[in-house]
Amino acid sequence: MLALIPLLPFAGFLVNATMGKRLPKGVSGGLASVAMLAAFAVAASQVWSLMGMAPEAREINQVLFNWMATGRFSLDMGFRLDALSAVMILVITGIGSLIHIYSTAYMHEETDADFARYFSCLNLFVFFMLLLVLGANALVMFVGWEGVGLCSYLLIGYYYEKASASDAAKKAFVVNRVGDYAFILGSLLLFWTVGSLDFVTIGQTVKAMPVETSFGVLSLITLLLFIGATGKSAQIPLYVWLPDAMEGPTPVSALIHAATMVTAGVYMIGRNAVLFEHAPITLGVIATVGAATAFLAGTIGLVQNDIKRVLAYSTVSQLGYMFLAMGVGAFGAGIFHLYTHAFFKACLFLGSGAVIHALHGEQDIRHMGGLKKHLPVTYWTFLIASLAIAGVPALAGFFSKDEILFDTFRHGHTALWVVGVLTSLMTATYMFRLVFLTFHGEERFDPATVGAHGHGGGHGHGHDDHGHDAHAAPASHAGHGTHGHGGHLHDAPPAMALALIVLAIGSVAAGYIGVPHALGGHNALGEWLTPVFALENTQQAPPASLNAHAGHAAAVEGPMAGDAHAAEATAHGTGAAHGDPASGETHDETALELTLMGVSSAIAFLGIGLAAFLWIRNRHIPDQMAQSFSGVHRLLLHKYYVDEAYDAAIVQPIKAFSIHGLWKVADARVIDGAVNGAGALVNAASSALRLLQTGSVKTYAAGTFLGAVLLLAFFLWR
Amino acid sequence: MTTYSFDAVIPIVCVILAGLVVMLAEAFRGRGEKMPLGGLAVIGLVGAAASSVLLWNRNATSFGVVTADNFALFLNLVLVAVGLMTVLITAQTADRDKLPAGEFYATALFALVGMMLMVQASDLLVMFLALETMSIAVYVMTGIRREAVNGTEAAFKYFLLGAFASAFFLYGVAFLYGTTGSTSLDRIGTIVASQAMAPNPLVLMAVGMLLVGFAFKVAAVPFHMWSPDAYEGAPAVVTGFMSTGVKAAAIAGFTRVFLSALEPMIGYWAPALWVIAAATMVLGTVVGVQQTSIKRMLAYSSIAHGGYLLLGLLAGSDVGKASILFYLAAYALTNLGAFGIIALLGSYSRDNDNLRDYAGLWHSHPVLATLMALFLLSLGGFPPTAGFIAKWYVFSAAIGAGYYWLAIIGFLSSVVSVYFYLRIVVMMFMTDRDARPVPAPVTGIALAGLALSLAGVLYLGVLPSQVIEWAQASVATIF
Repeated sequence: MLALIPLLPFAGFLVNATMGKRLPKGVSGGLASVAMLAAFAVAASQVWSLMGMAPEAREINQVLFNWMATGRFSLDMGFRLDALSAVMILVITGIGSLIHIYSTAYMHEETDADFARYFSCLNLFVFFMLLLVLGANALVMFVGWEGVGLCSYLLIGYYYEKASASDAAKKAFVVNRVGDYAFILGSLLLFWTVGSLDFVTIGQTVKAMPVETSFGVLSLITLLLFIGATGKSAQIPLYVWLPDAMEGPTPVSALIHAATMVTAGVYMIGRNAVLFEHAPITLGVIATVGAATAFLAGTIGLVQNDIKRVLAYSTVSQLGYMFLAMGVGAFGAGIFHLYTHAFFKACLFLGSGAVIHALHGEQDIRHMGGLKKHLPVTYWTFLIASLAIAGVPALAGFFSKDEILFDTFRHGHTALWVVGVLTSLMTATYMFRLVFLTFHGEERFDPATVGAHGHGGGHGHGHDDHGHDAHAAPASHAGHGTHGHGGHLHDAPPAMALALIVLAIGSVAAGYIGVPHALGGHNALGEWLTPVFALENTQQAPPASLNAHAGHAAAVEGPMAGDAHAAEATAHGTGAAHGDPASGETHDETALELTLMGVSSAIAFLGIGLAAFLWIRNRHIPDQMAQSFSGVHRLLLHKYYVDEAYDAAIVQPIKAFSIHGLWKVADARVIDGAVNGAGALVNAASSALRLLQTGSVKTYAAGTFLGAVLLLAFFLWR
Repeated sequence: MTTYSFDAVIPIVCVILAGLVVMLAEAFRGRGEKMPLGGLAVIGLVGAAASSVLLWNRNATSFGVVTADNFALFLNLVLVAVGLMTVLITAQTADRDKLPAGEFYATALFALVGMMLMVQASDLLVMFLALETMSIAVYVMTGIRREAVNGTEAAFKYFLLGAFASAFFLYGVAFLYGTTGSTSLDRIGTIVASQAMAPNPLVLMAVGMLLVGFAFKVAAVPFHMWSPDAYEGAPAVVTGFMSTGVKAAAIAGFTRVFLSALEPMIGYWAPALWVIAAATMVLGTVVGVQQTSIKRMLAYSSIAHGGYLLLGLLAGSDVGKASILFYLAAYALTNLGAFGIIALLGSYSRDNDNLRDYAGLWHSHPVLATLMALFLLSLGGFPPTAGFIAKWYVFSAAIGAGYYWLAIIGFLSSVVSVYFYLRIVVMMFMTDRDARPVPAPVTGIALAGLALSLAGVLYLGVLPSQVIEWAQASVATIF
């Protein structure tokens, strides 16, 4: 049954890939969506049966076949559903289905063949993502890990005739590849250290090992795995591909940024929670990198003008939060945020897609404004999702973000907490800058574009920049269509509206699955996930307590707290100073949590207020600020020049090395080609003889000889 | 004792006979008469495969100089696969390229004889004979399009440099004979082991010279220079043939000599091979990035793959040896598939092997483009293809043997190499077809060959256990 979940989208891929060209759009799009919905249904039924089991025994395994068996190394092509992967498959298939449905409307202007190509890639993408999540060992996960990279490449480069799109696709792919190799290197090392790649076995074996207080092999393994995660999940230093990835169609951005791909790194760390807990050094790195990424991406997001780019940086920033959570040992909180983020980020991206759709490809928020009354459905759903991401109380983002910040603070990472809170302020600010500039204020969009559509309804109106040429022509003869601009803007069609509304509801409701104890809830999600992290922890606690402080022996109380504290104890060793962990949810903690909640709520409202002040009331202030701090502004606008730095430091040297260095030396044909190549072509008969005299063979022979001499010298004089 | 038993040479004899029959058939063929020459070759190859299977686990030897241990038999099967693929593709391209089919098949079969003998040789002199048999046949195949300038040029260069390298090899054999009084690997091994602490300088010279000879045939840096030219100048079918067959045979000989007779000297040759392997992986990929001819690009890629194979050789353990065998099988199937497609897309007047020629291939030849993409992904080491498992296996052997840095260099070069495989995929799928003529459609027997190759690539990627088991059994019984 488990295998059916990934196989359904795969079947959809096969059908669309092989005969999609001949299928009408309704069939190919419908088929892909139905495959997704069916996968969702199967996933739901499997999770349902998982819920019927005892908390400690929640695990469904399915082994398809033995993949590799070499001596002591045996590996199954196996799937495993547990509490953690259950959350993931529901997110992937659920939100994935909505994105598929949305796409049927969004992509309706493509030709039949392109439409089928799009949906086959989309299905394949989901297939690999499900493989990644359900894989019972690191290698099956890696198949999915590489697969999503490949599919993201195909989807980001979907509009391949656009140079920026195929560049972005290549960038995503190559950057991901770097991460992938760190991942596989880590897995190899893991295998040679632990002797297995099955996640459960890894957990059990590592449990018996001491926590590494100084840098050792576990730290190295986890660091490598984490580098892999930075590639997939767009963290420093490998985040550069994600903002460019919005060159793909907008629903693809939603899929990549919300439900799949970028969550892979967070999931992988959660999957190997025990392993990472045994490497406190790596955890420290993860927390720091996460916080730094959250902050830096937030600052960049403040000044970007492309609606999707702002959202992209907000994704990078929110992923930073998740890594921060992972790094401080609050695995449950990280996964919680992953799950709520999926709803509101998907909603935001799809909402931005609806805006772009309505404006025929316009993505610059400076050319929007006042869309509130034209696009009511889009506006309200976008607003709700923005409130959620900003962390306004009672919406999904509030609960999850708050849990992360609380755990960070409670574990003594005050500095990281401050960074987190500042980021939270920025999040609220740039999100509402986006809302206000897009939907409020005066209408700044180009009337011609809109008018063109009003009158030239038959013309294809491309979006996502793609097809600008296609509607350049109608725009030119639409001079008479400029009257009452805006009146012709039309809101999201039903399929798109449906997805938006469902996701907006999710952005509100999703958080209630994890209402903290301090607010009278009982953190159902945390409890649900507990066995995954805590089962691994119950035995892990003793060495941790030995290691840190003796009074910590009874760390098996409130499960989440227990596991977090265990990690904490290992991470700091001086944990005794702040609170007795064994006493659980004390009054003090509740009070602390409520205080922190108050702070973050205040921050959220402050950010929104700031945005309102700057971009509704006093629009001249941001411009003035940009001018008086033009250096900073330019730095942010150019994203700290990281792309340029990478290009100069890595890409160009490799190219130069390859062109001017190695190739010239190593490929003598280049040197002599100009001299004798032309001549050789002219006179075929004599060429064989002439070649005797060319530099070429001489060069080669000399090279061979030199190599031989060096080698022999080495042997004789070593 | 089965010293005078003929068992061990049966697979080789099958191929020799097939070669002779093809040559005679060609000689007596009337002008314009059609003859199933390829079919005759196939019969011989199937015979070789069947006898190899039957000899499995028997450890037969003949004349004291040829052995049919599982290691050799496994590689025989790989070589037979190389031969079969070559015949199937040539069946379609021979007429188009005006190749003399009879000569071509016969030469290819004789080259295979050399390769199989090289794999089975347990005596250095026999190995040298095998090396020469293989090499001379391959020189001929490289220049078989006599009217093609670059083909002739390539063959000539290859020949000159090959002769040069053979001399090194032969000197190495002579030095070893001079110090040990034997050319038998077993005997040399015993003597070398007894003086491993304070080796005779002549033995060190011999090790160095043999290293040069093998490194040349494997196309390892800095002895690789012939290979881009030879690979580019030869017809694509031949390039596929030599980039897999010659490489497999050479690596097999390399492994056998250096991990049996010369294993006691590992402390001496391992550092040198370390440098060679690292340089080979790096140069193969980095220079490959700049190529615009797909044949030349894959030539550099195959240099890099040689480097990965050396990694397995360096690891030296049973895992390492088994990983070499698996890697060779996976690489042979994949590379033959890729070169097969290049061959099929060429035409008599031009090779169509420029990157631009592949623009929009997806629109004109969707099946070929998909197959090519899968082969390239396998070369790049993507799961779930053969290339991934092979790389995983080799790298895990290297890490297990403590070669961390080499594994890291290998990984990095592998990351870079994806870039140029990807360029071809981009060209095929994400570029619009320009005005260039569309190559002829591909049908029938060649397509069947490609399908077999693809089946192998996927089988080794998804269900590799069985083959891995065989590879392990192959190295378990011997050296």
